[in-house]
Amino acid sequence: MIYLDFEKPIQELTEELEKLKSVAEKSKVDMSKSIAELEAKIHEKRVEIFSNLTAWQKVQLSRHPERPYTLAYIDAVSNSSFIELHGDRTVGDDKAMVGGFGDVDGQTVMFIGQQKGINTKMRQIRRFGMANPEGYRKALRLMKMAEKFNKPIVTFIDTPGAYPGLEAEERGQGEAIARNLLEMTQLKVPVICIIIGEGASGGALGIGIGDKVLMLENTWYSVISPESCSSILWRSWSFKETAAEALKLTSADMSNNGLIDGIIKEPLGGAHNNHAEIFATVKSEILKQLEVLKKQTPDQRITARIDKFSAMGVVHDLEEEENK
Amino acid sequence: MGWFKRLKEGITTTTTEKRETPEGLWYKCPSCKKIHTAQEHKANQHVCLNCGYHERIGSAEYFEIIFDDNNFTELHENLVSGDPLDFTDTKKYTDRLTDTIKKSGLKDALRSAYGKVNGNDLVVCCMDFGFIGGSMGSVVGEKISRSIDFCLKNKTPLLIISKSGGARMMEAAFSLMQMAKTSAKLSLMDKAGIPYISLCTDPTTGGVTASYAMLGDLNISEPGALIGFAGPRVVKETIGKDLPKGFQTAEFVLEHGFLDKIITRTELKAKLSTLLKMFKN
Repeated sequence: MIYLDFEKPIQELTEELEKLKSVAEKSKVDMSKSIAELEAKIHEKRVEIFSNLTAWQKVQLSRHPERPYTLAYIDAVSNSSFIELHGDRTVGDDKAMVGGFGDVDGQTVMFIGQQKGINTKMRQIRRFGMANPEGYRKALRLMKMAEKFNKPIVTFIDTPGAYPGLEAEERGQGEAIARNLLEMTQLKVPVICIIIGEGASGGALGIGIGDKVLMLENTWYSVISPESCSSILWRSWSFKETAAEALKLTSADMSNNGLIDGIIKEPLGGAHNNHAEIFATVKSEILKQLEVLKKQTPDQRITARIDKFSAMGVVHDLEEEENK
Repeated sequence: MGWFKRLKEGITTTTTEKRETPEGLWYKCPSCKKIHTAQEHKANQHVCLNCGYHERIGSAEYFEIIFDDNNFTELHENLVSGDPLDFTDTKKYTDRLTDTIKKSGLKDALRSAYGKVNGNDLVVCCMDFGFIGGSMGSVVGEKISRSIDFCLKNKTPLLIISKSGGARMMEAAFSLMQMAKTSAKLSLMDKAGIPYISLCTDPTTGGVTASYAMLGDLNISEPGALIGFAGPRVVKETIGKDLPKGFQTAEFVLEHGFLDKIITRTELKAKLSTLLKMFKN
């Protein structure tokens, strides 16, 4: 178990509990009462801490190393039926972006998502979930195939951004993302996008145009990471907490601002605390949304999708205000 | 005798007091350092007469270059940005907006207008770098969106002139969603078969590159313009090496297949009208 800085009180209590348990074991003295009391106290502390999380703490949670990544979700939701498909048919196979077919309770679904590595070596291979243009083009190829065979699409978003490398620029990172935005708008099949960790900027949006865009409770979605925002606007790396608040990047803020369609609740203590529970929640949410979306015609879905994104933004018309 | 001993002080003018050539009379090219009269320079559409360096210009200049007799009707000119996030960094966003509006005489980083180009109808959306680094916020997105509605209704081709540092951070996710919004709207142009030309000028980066700037039926650019997704500094930090010469210039982007053509500003109007005719006939 890895504890974040603000989880220190929970860690201390848990360690105390471990000690108590081992003492009870060795001395054969019945301590079940104090153990139960301590467990209740831990629960209470956890509820207290997790009901008052700051924006920055949620950013920390979204990056928790024990948090499940895209492939874990796909595997659980598809009951291990996932068949990964590779390559963009042009330059290569991007390991930071995964995709393929899976079966969800008898329904074939095209799964796509950024994948972070689970150990040091894999983190490098998967570029920490930062996709290259060929990753976005692979995603688009798979989405087009899903459209051709009339299969719904579910994307899992978890990226610190699109990869800002030399080759990425040579191969048109901007064009690749832009093309996805345009093409995803017009997909005839239902598209559900779920932010499961970090939703950073164009790199996230590149697979984020959907009929339903949902965020897990402890994730973030914005135009820039709080760290980079701090360095650009405050010209220092030390304002990340302030930047996190200012950006209004949490699921609650995004929902209040009407920029996402819903929040998926996480288990107490965050998704990493109970993988099975978050997998089950996500699966039932996907099934629920698909049920609704499948009742609409492709044209209805496309029109609603375009209308939804077209309505985003806050502007004032000086002329109209004057006439009032 | 002051042969060996300095009796007079040397140059005493401090750097701040140093005067460049008086403004408004002469133009000194930052690239080749040659000097021309401002009049000549303007007549050559702000392109250096000696080396062809394209000076950064704003929407007023582009409209004058493109539209016949500088005749155009501005669309949605009264849109100004809100402050949906109540954003404050080192300065309140609303103050920043008010100051910039006063200083630049612009209302936001993009102006839209329709008029004729050698007799051909065209809607032009042009970004202004002078407004918070040409950053894309709600107003930029909304103006493009409404201009596309105009194009769809009147079957008029669209030209977007990009010049931007990317998304406007003070509007955070709202600004991010302008990428989705403009691209969604462009998909309607795509379906309707109305030409959209994207002109990338120096600089075109970030969220603008990753949305409308790269989605033209034709992507064109001015010579030497910086065009990229990640800024050069970020790429340099990522690879930990110096960047190759000419990296992310228009010529580099053309060579890698993401631009149709590089067109000098002096030829822009003629080429545009030829292209518009070819789409039509």
